[in-house]
Amino acid sequence: MTNVLINAPKTAKPGEIVEIKALILHPMETGFRPGTNGRLIPRNIIEHFVATWNGMEIFRMKMSPAIAANPFVSFFAVATESGTIGLRWTGDEGFLAEEHVAIAVG
Amino acid sequence: MKTARIALGLASVFAATFALAQGAADQRRSGYQDMGEALQKMQDDDTANPGMLFVQLGEQLFGKPAGAANKSCADCHGAGSMKGIAARYPAIPKEANKPVDLGGRINLCRSANQQAEPFAPESRELLSLEAYVAFQSRGQPSAPPSDPRLAPFRAQGAEIYRRRQGQLNLSCAICHDDNAGKKLAGVTIPQAHPTGYPIYRLEWQSLGSLKRRLRNCLVGIRAEAYAYDAPEYVALELYLMDRAKGMPLEVPGVRP
Repeated sequence: MTNVLINAPKTAKPGEIVEIKALILHPMETGFRPGTNGRLIPRNIIEHFVATWNGMEIFRMKMSPAIAANPFVSFFAVATESGTIGLRWTGDEGFLAEEHVAIAVG
Repeated sequence: MKTARIALGLASVFAATFALAQGAADQRRSGYQDMGEALQKMQDDDTANPGMLFVQLGEQLFGKPAGAANKSCADCHGAGSMKGIAARYPAIPKEANKPVDLGGRINLCRSANQQAEPFAPESRELLSLEAYVAFQSRGQPSAPPSDPRLAPFRAQGAEIYRRRQGQLNLSCAICHDDNAGKKLAGVTIPQAHPTGYPIYRLEWQSLGSLKRRLRNCLVGIRAEAYAYDAPEYVALELYLMDRAKGMPLEVPGVRP
């Protein structure tokens, strides 16, 4: 069950700089911690976060085990055209989360 | 003339005591007021507060059928119908003869009405449901019930709060009453008003209950923590919620 909170403006003026914020539920298990049985808990992190605007990539981030659980990402983009902002998280154990928000520019 | 002066004097004494009493009430602080601005903003913004992820999860669980009865919480209670409930817990529900906290209440409902296995303490499911239910009381004043059957448990909680324990021989009151507002390991000692639980604690990287927080404190004073189902936690919670009576709930709180 993926669980995401996105904060992006619904409307923007052409050329306006908008901030897009995204929070996702994920353990970000480092792979360095021993569990109660003394064995290392296998690594389970989000490896990549990619944002697209109408299908065109506008932001990419590679995540590392040093990032805390439930990572919060905030980035800026210049609003040029109305459409959809796509957010995609991929990671260990086949993790995949994808969310879309609409934005009207004009 | 003299009586008038005495009356005036009395009036000013009364006014002063009243102001003092008011002042004393105003001096109660939530841990929220003692943390940095960045964390306050994180708590205030519902799309930046990680606790909201669990509220969202709790909402999904609330509507999901479970157990042999194949009923969801929403089948009986209706979605979003739990306003003000969390503000009056712990309480004695009709199915039990001892006080239970919100998590205990959820598990009672789960075993009695849904005929499902109760959730494990501190499990994500239980915390999420607690957060979802308590979130609906956000902003409402803490309203501990006046049920006289709760009085002995509350007194027990007050006694535990003041009892010295552990290798460091500290009581809750020594830090949270006598030294509240001062620093411990770089963090301001809060006044023990649990209005934000379950909280998202950055140190835990997860949501946690008041029980978990109390266990942290017990380990900190090198005392043996009570078992998860121990009545001592509920007694303490009763006492602490009574101290915070009238203070607004701020679930899900964010703490360092």
